[in-house]
Amino acid sequence: MNQIKKSFAEKWGHFVVKNKWTVLLFSIILALSLASQGKMEFDGDYHVFFSKSNPELEAFDALQEKYSKVDNIIMVLAPKNKNVFTKENLIAIEELTAEAWNTPYSSRVDALTNYQHTRAEGDDLYVEDLSYESENLTPEKVEEIKNIALNDPVLVHRLINEDGSVAAINITVRPPGLDSAKEIPEITKANRAMISAFEEKHSQFDVYVSGNVPLSTAFFESSQNDLALIGIMFMIVIAVTLLLTRNIFATLATLVVVMFSIMSAIGFIGLSGIKLTAPSSVFPTMILTLAVADSIHILVTLLQKFRKEGYQKNEAIIESMRLNFMPVFITSLTTVVGFLTLNFGEVPPFWHLGNITAFGMCMAFLYSTTTLPALMAIFPIWRGSKKEVLVQKTSFYTQLGQLIVTQPLRLTIISSCFILSMTFLALQNVFNDSFVDYFDETVKFRTDSDFINNNLTGIYNAEFSIGSGESGGINNPDYLEKLNSFEKWLNQQEEVIHVNSFAEVTRKINKSMHGDDESYYKVPTNRQEAAQYLLLYELSLPFGLDLNNQINVDKSETRLNVVLQNLGSKKMLEFTTRAENWLKKNTPDYMHAIGVSPTVMFAKLGFRQADGMIKGNIIALLLISLVLMIALKSFKMGAISLIPNLAPVIVGFGFWALYLGEINTGMVVVFGITLGIIVDDTVHFMSKFLRARRELNYNAKDSVIYAFETVGRALVITTIVLVAGFAVLSTSPFALNSYMARITVVIISSALVIDFILLPSILVLLHKEKSMLKKA
Amino acid sequence: MNKLIFTLLLISPLIVISQTAEEKGYQIVSKAIDADRGFGSSSVDLKMVLKNKNGQVSERTLSNKTLELDEDGDKSMIIFTSPKDIKGTSTLTFTHKVGADDQWLFLPSIQRTKRISSSNKSGPFVGSEFAYEDLSSIELEKNTYKFIKQDGDLLYVEQDPVDPKSGYKKRIAVYNKAKGYRLETIKFFDRKGALLKTLTYLDYKIYKNKFWRASKFEMVNHQSKKETQLFFENYNFEVNLKESDFTEIALRRSSN
Repeated sequence: MNQIKKSFAEKWGHFVVKNKWTVLLFSIILALSLASQGKMEFDGDYHVFFSKSNPELEAFDALQEKYSKVDNIIMVLAPKNKNVFTKENLIAIEELTAEAWNTPYSSRVDALTNYQHTRAEGDDLYVEDLSYESENLTPEKVEEIKNIALNDPVLVHRLINEDGSVAAINITVRPPGLDSAKEIPEITKANRAMISAFEEKHSQFDVYVSGNVPLSTAFFESSQNDLALIGIMFMIVIAVTLLLTRNIFATLATLVVVMFSIMSAIGFIGLSGIKLTAPSSVFPTMILTLAVADSIHILVTLLQKFRKEGYQKNEAIIESMRLNFMPVFITSLTTVVGFLTLNFGEVPPFWHLGNITAFGMCMAFLYSTTTLPALMAIFPIWRGSKKEVLVQKTSFYTQLGQLIVTQPLRLTIISSCFILSMTFLALQNVFNDSFVDYFDETVKFRTDSDFINNNLTGIYNAEFSIGSGESGGINNPDYLEKLNSFEKWLNQQEEVIHVNSFAEVTRKINKSMHGDDESYYKVPTNRQEAAQYLLLYELSLPFGLDLNNQINVDKSETRLNVVLQNLGSKKMLEFTTRAENWLKKNTPDYMHAIGVSPTVMFAKLGFRQADGMIKGNIIALLLISLVLMIALKSFKMGAISLIPNLAPVIVGFGFWALYLGEINTGMVVVFGITLGIIVDDTVHFMSKFLRARRELNYNAKDSVIYAFETVGRALVITTIVLVAGFAVLSTSPFALNSYMARITVVIISSALVIDFILLPSILVLLHKEKSMLKKA
Repeated sequence: MNKLIFTLLLISPLIVISQTAEEKGYQIVSKAIDADRGFGSSSVDLKMVLKNKNGQVSERTLSNKTLELDEDGDKSMIIFTSPKDIKGTSTLTFTHKVGADDQWLFLPSIQRTKRISSSNKSGPFVGSEFAYEDLSSIELEKNTYKFIKQDGDLLYVEQDPVDPKSGYKKRIAVYNKAKGYRLETIKFFDRKGALLKTLTYLDYKIYKNKFWRASKFEMVNHQSKKETQLFFENYNFEVNLKESDFTEIALRRSSN
């Protein structure tokens, strides 16, 4: 089979060289026609991270449909005088609140000034804005407002902090969701314009912005930012290729191949209707990095044959094709398989990344084996004379090989111990998908959210829809009493910053209905009374500030919102479980509820992603071992290959435990991403080892040295290119991408080290045993 | 209460150019008022059906009495008959041509009458998609008007609320010229000018050969995707209500 492949590769090389112009023209037409279908649209909506069938998303959507949606923007105003309660500051807040109603798709604005304060006056109930027509406020009135606000549990830690130095305005928006790629930027643009106008007019304030909509915007902007990394990567590719080939035309040909591959991938995006997201927008850098390795393999051999071994140009091209077709094909195949495994995960943007890159890699293989040789056949090449350098390098790898074969047993034991301890470390990593921490401190969303988290309220939350078992049952005193206990229990938990519960509404009305008597600040004890108070209160609320976001239409369920500190996913999930268990223990069946929210959705995302990916990775690993068994024509070698293919990932996560110890959803896919690269190293080394044994009848030790001599340099070069590419990605301010890139750098580097130390040691050891057994 | 009386308050000097459109809008609304003038008083039973996006449904029933007044806005009373928890709760409203309306609520559970903050009438009425201001008789001075277009017998008039506390920037009401200037639909635009709700009047019947009354109101909220239907039954134009039927004492009495 090898023979057939070789001759096929040779024929292919002949054909391409002979029909160079036709091949070139055809590939240009192919690349251009694919690119003409290309369409790059972005989708920043945080919902894209969840598949339609994600149970947490379903639960959250169900809750939102029962009440109303809670996409929001929270604007936090920090006056420089550290006191919100001055006339000027209240005027400014009232003004911005009024302006906030003009936000596109806004349905509600909650602020300190329009907070519906309830009070009794004689027999009448007054429900009105806490501060209106603020320009007429007297100092006494300002003081009164301050006292009310700082003592109202609905406001403190939600719209005002404890010492009254920071206040918030929360805008609820309800975009129709027909085209989030348009709706969210529309909201953001209006909001930013509003804030900059406000800051200009009222320079006494610093404004900080967070919420779901700014989160989506941050995703959106980070996807465009990461797409731009491709520019730096192109420069690195040009530099590296020039350095390695010392040939301007070879560099140019490489650029054409990677450009065509990326153009084709863009065409694929258009044809498949994928909208780019922060994780999938790194596809050009991925394709560029991986595709350049193909070209370099072919070019390095070509130039070596031409410069060093005296081949004619076209002969050198055909010879290079003959030698590299199979390894490049296997690498491409394993890379494609690796990227396709991303489809086993739970997160659609990573499916897209996998599919786009897989398509790009197929095309890269095609262009590397057609356009590249055709271009090299067309371009002139001159002979250089720098043989000495090459000879020196070869000898370095030979020496390395000689060194390693002298102590295979020791090296195997040391490496095994190292890998075992890394395995132990790798298992110490914990998942953390706190979405604010996805962004580093160069992103304003992150620093603003941190400020809000530290000074006013929390960004993370969990919501519970708590049923009463019957229509109108939310006025049942028993229900209210239990809801009240749940609220009290929640407030005692250290993770909890703020609780917004319907029980508070009823306590407050009850008090006001009894002439603001503090002793009535408790849930009503009579059902009819509670229902009628509620009716009165609801009739008194203005536009947009109703209770429909807290009570369902049937008045059978209420929504309870808990604001949480930033604890990391694990503790967040522990908290929701604890709260769910409290309900199970202390309330009747119909009051049991599960905690839902974007926080919970992201917190569980990493675990879901891991579950899916582990399945996918096992399948891929077995599939690739099978491919290697066939390609190397050896069951044993295929089985041995599992070790160097698996170990780098373990080492990568082991290092990570020492580095950060927290892993996110993006990192779960690295095995799929690096599989092709790791296998590439293994295949090259093993195939050269086998060739030495089978064709040259070398013993195991000499075969290892031969493998070092022949592929050592190529492996180092591709590793350098790949490390450079992922190092560029690791500068992304977006942790799903940067963490993934950082661990990939570690994995690729350790793959090289393992292939240079552990793999040759094992090969020597196993083949020794075999020959000894035979003798015996 | 679905009797709508309109008069033009003043023409903003800012809109001098479109004065004819304003005059025409005013004219149409005046004709609608005239067409409905003289019913005296009426009573009707209502069923309100609330639906959310999921199709979850909730019902309330109530009855309504209206007294027509010429010199000031109408007086009306709403009595809730279900659900059980709010049975007997009733509201009394004095609409005023100028200034905020007066409104009281009687709570049978504590046998007390409470005044409701009159400025807040833009909130939803008992959790429905109707705001109180959609249901109360919208008096003349509370809007400015602008004729938009004619489509067969249908006349489109823009109404801009004067009250800054209104939940709306504008409404576009459609009058049917051939059917006594009755209302066919109203589109509501929120404060930022986005379409919020559409109210459709269905199954019209004519009473006393003059007064058109729809048997069904359908309000759809385009933003929340929730909807509310109002079914009207047992219209009675022969009740002969007097001012004494619209007092605080009458309010207490009505709850039984």
